[in-house]
Amino acid sequence: MATPSVEKPTYETIRTLPGDDVRQILWRYSDRYDLQMLVQSVRSVARGLVAHLVAEGARNTHEWTDRKNELLKAYDESGVSASFLEPEEGGFIAGPKNMVLALVAYELAWVDGGAATGALAGCLALSPIHERGTVEQKKHYMSLCAPPQPGEDRKPWRGSFCLTEPIPYVGVDTGMLNGKLRVAEWKDGEEPMLQVDKRGRFITNMGFANFVTAAVQSVDERIKGSCIVILEENDPGIFDRGTPTKKMVHQLSSTNDPIFSLKVPASRIVGGYTVKDGVIVPNFDHSEVIEAVFKRTRVTVALMTSAKLLSAIEPIIRYQRGRFRGAEQATPGTIRYDLGLQQREDALHRLVDIWAMGEASAALGFAAARCFDVLDPLEKEKNTILEEKGIRGGKSEMKFFKGVQKDAIDFLNLCAKPEEARANSTRFVELHENKLVQYAILDAVAGVLCPASKLWNTGKGNVLMREAVSLMGGYGITEDCPGFLGQKWMDSQLEATYEGPEAVQRRNLTVTMQNELFLKQFGNWIVEMRHIAAQKPGTGACALGTAMQLWLWTYKHLQHAKDPQGNKLYQSARQGVTFPMADALCWLLASRQQILDLIELEHRGPENPVVAEGLAGTVQFLTDLCHVQTARSVGEVGRICAELVHGFRRHPAWDEAGYKGCYAQDEMDLMEAFVPGLPACATDVVGLDGCHPDKAGPCANCEGLEPFQRLRARMDNCLTGAMLAKDRAAEALTKVMIPEALDYPQ
Amino acid sequence: MPDPLQTLEPVTGVGLPALKNEMMLPAVLDPWAGHALYEAANLAKKVPGSKVYLVSLGQKAKLQQVMMTIAQKVSFELVAIDGPASGFTDAHEVAPALAAAIMAIPGIDKSRLLLFGGWESASRGAGATMQILGEILGITDQFEGVDEITVQDDGSFQVLERVEGGKHQVSTCAGTPAVLGWATGNLGEPRNDPQVGMANMRTVMPALQRAKPAKVAAEGVLYGRVELPKQQRNTRIVKDMPADQIAREIIEWISQK
Ligand SMILES: Cc1cc2nc3c(=O)[nH]c(=O)nc-3n(C[C@H](O)[C@H](O)[C@H](O)COP(=O)(O)OP(=O)(O)OC[C@H]3O[C@@H](n4cnc5c(N)ncnc54)[C@H](O)[C@@H]3O)c2cc1C
Repeated sequence: MATPSVEKPTYETIRTLPGDDVRQILWRYSDRYDLQMLVQSVRSVARGLVAHLVAEGARNTHEWTDRKNELLKAYDESGVSASFLEPEEGGFIAGPKNMVLALVAYELAWVDGGAATGALAGCLALSPIHERGTVEQKKHYMSLCAPPQPGEDRKPWRGSFCLTEPIPYVGVDTGMLNGKLRVAEWKDGEEPMLQVDKRGRFITNMGFANFVTAAVQSVDERIKGSCIVILEENDPGIFDRGTPTKKMVHQLSSTNDPIFSLKVPASRIVGGYTVKDGVIVPNFDHSEVIEAVFKRTRVTVALMTSAKLLSAIEPIIRYQRGRFRGAEQATPGTIRYDLGLQQREDALHRLVDIWAMGEASAALGFAAARCFDVLDPLEKEKNTILEEKGIRGGKSEMKFFKGVQKDAIDFLNLCAKPEEARANSTRFVELHENKLVQYAILDAVAGVLCPASKLWNTGKGNVLMREAVSLMGGYGITEDCPGFLGQKWMDSQLEATYEGPEAVQRRNLTVTMQNELFLKQFGNWIVEMRHIAAQKPGTGACALGTAMQLWLWTYKHLQHAKDPQGNKLYQSARQGVTFPMADALCWLLASRQQILDLIELEHRGPENPVVAEGLAGTVQFLTDLCHVQTARSVGEVGRICAELVHGFRRHPAWDEAGYKGCYAQDEMDLMEAFVPGLPACATDVVGLDGCHPDKAGPCANCEGLEPFQRLRARMDNCLTGAMLAKDRAAEALTKVMIPEALDYPQ
Repeated sequence: MPDPLQTLEPVTGVGLPALKNEMMLPAVLDPWAGHALYEAANLAKKVPGSKVYLVSLGQKAKLQQVMMTIAQKVSFELVAIDGPASGFTDAHEVAPALAAAIMAIPGIDKSRLLLFGGWESASRGAGATMQILGEILGITDQFEGVDEITVQDDGSFQVLERVEGGKHQVSTCAGTPAVLGWATGNLGEPRNDPQVGMANMRTVMPALQRAKPAKVAAEGVLYGRVELPKQQRNTRIVKDMPADQIAREIIEWISQK
């Protein structure tokens, strides 16, 4: 049975796979030549050496082999290692590095996630120093890690970040530290020497790291709390790299369970310390540092899975088209020859789903990276302002920001007004220029985007990678599947786990999404989606707006809703309520960003002749993908919200309380005299003898939920046209031009 | 030129044949031109005071993306000319466009010029452009299929050109100017170095902005037919056939063609 003919295209359709020019506009780096060059440079390593290693089976051992070790040199030479550094430290890109690392991760993970992890673990090790280190620490370690310049004979240092400990200690829960810190020696007037005892589990880069940034807890009354310390391989004591982890994934990165027992000077405490009443007080405790680090590095992990999904498209199309070529029955010119498996609707529709999710997930990840790029300098300014005001430490900062929050809400209220209405508002201009206000607003969004992208891109991406593998049939789960799809499927599971598994991201989200500043912006985004829908119907933006309304309604409802025992539903212990709400939010954020990127492409595309050439078709196709993805998001949000809103109410039974809400048969008979046909509408009618309709109980009373029901019904209605978009996208997949062969290994 | 890995499907309409969706396909520097560029950069590094200009005719918008890679490999200054690079242009039009661009380089001294290029191109293996270009510029010392150049202290240089039978012809040239149409040379593709790229970009972007359109529409050239080579699969599985018989069959098959 062939695909039933769908609407014949009277529209333009995508002609080739989106090239770099399109991506640069979508992900907003078309005017960043530094980033464009970095992409090409990383790509040549990924599709060259990395792809060769995968193809020749280098992943089939846990050991860090000489062949794998060649990767390090390739990272140094191609600028990957230096990409994290400032020019004065030996790098070549000035300013915030979130987009830089995001693109590095994306390009490497396009071929192999382990390579991406390994390449970025060095940055992860440096991150505590970068985010919270002292000036001297930064200068020292960054320069040591800089790859040698031409003519320089020096081996660059590599680092590991060591937080996770053997069970039962630190994993997800970063509080239960077992790594110990005590004073080993403290001579009068001299720098104290510290004894560090730490065991690590699953520590990346440990096979070759020269230094480690490790989280430790004081067990000495002369040191306060916890901190991160820097350990070096030549420090006196034990620096045991431990055994390699028997990973089934990411084998192109090195992972070990190390053991350290070392004596180090107190100057190795990241961010420095002060001495107060004979006690060493680290300037930052370990969780402060970790928070600053993970806030950023998780975004890069999110993009690793996005790359996998988008990299799967080309090999799948090629496989589908060529599936029957060479068979006697499939002669050139026949549908079987030309379209292969693409003559089957299901094969196309599933591929559309993968592509749509890939676009949404990349859109979300890169948006998060860009957000941090804007946030980083603002954060520095905020720190300077607070320092000038003498405000330091969590509590006093929080108190101070309560005032800022009020201004920020004012600003967002003004933003929600039509442009004409705020044109002459001096208050608007003043708040717009207020760095603290802008910081607070953006920080609220960043705090949501980071865990959302890490959680959704990896967790849901993993599920869709399984689809991708299955579309390749048996080939999919072989080592030599083009595009290494089987390996990528497995790898994405690790991406969902390390740097905090899904539960951690959900927990994080449930906190950050409660920020009033975020919720206020979310409300404004609903208006934004409606506006986009009015300007450009077809993206699903309107449906998304309704789904966002539904989510917000549910969120507010859950704040005071209770279960039958009278317990509050929305509370941190009730992960069954808060976690699904976090999940639902991710779908919305991803779809929104996908639509925003599309609008950017449509707007900016004509400026670039290469993009302008096929722009109408590209935009039509990506619009359809937006619509497909929105329909999926709307479905997920509807399901989750309905489960939460209805699911915690006890279903009425055929008991005394239940009967109270029903009509008795004789009442019904009487009323029918006035309202003919009523018995056909009122389902719950009980007989005088107690007999009742054959079902679980009387239908539940939905008092107070009418707005929800109206929104939900409206939302379903909003799905109108979504499957037509899917059909169009599917048709486009049969026509889009792909290269003759995959460009890796090359 | 369009990346050879892409599906390159000729389309004919009015005027020149073109490639389907050419503008949208990724482009690369022609591999032969690439060898010439890397050899030039290598030589320039050894000869103080020399400088490499990369004169390139291609679609301006595509050139920019190509530069994101090429500009990272070696140091050069770009001279860009805007025009099609599909392989359907004609050497008789491309060469004058290149010649004009070269002569317009401020302060260029023709007598000290070493003109490097590919001895042919992967999109159109006519092998004529460099020779015509040399003639226009009045540079008559020309070498084709070059694999090596060794410059002597006195400014003369020795050139290895490919000849029949896998051998090289060794020539000595008294000095510049000369045209060298490169074969593969001896150098590997330099690795990407974003630091080199950042330095080159300072001149690359203005050069792209300055790029003038060249008239290379192959006027008067008539393309009778353009088509992709047909894929053929004639497989026969035979067991234990003696080598002699295999050879005989192959000869038979070739002589049928
Ligand atoms: C290949 C690899 C490389 C790694 N590299 C590093 C590295 O370089 N440095 C480093 O420090 N660590 C590293 N890790 C460790 C990694 O970060 C942890 O494995 C990860 O954070 C999960 O911790 P865990 O293994 O202890 O899982 P657990 O904490 O045991 O989690 C098990 C399950 O319980 C759930 N769970 C846990 N807590 C909660 C909660 N509060 N609420 C609800 N559910 C919960 C989790 O979601 C998960 O599903 C690496 C791990 C791997 C596998």
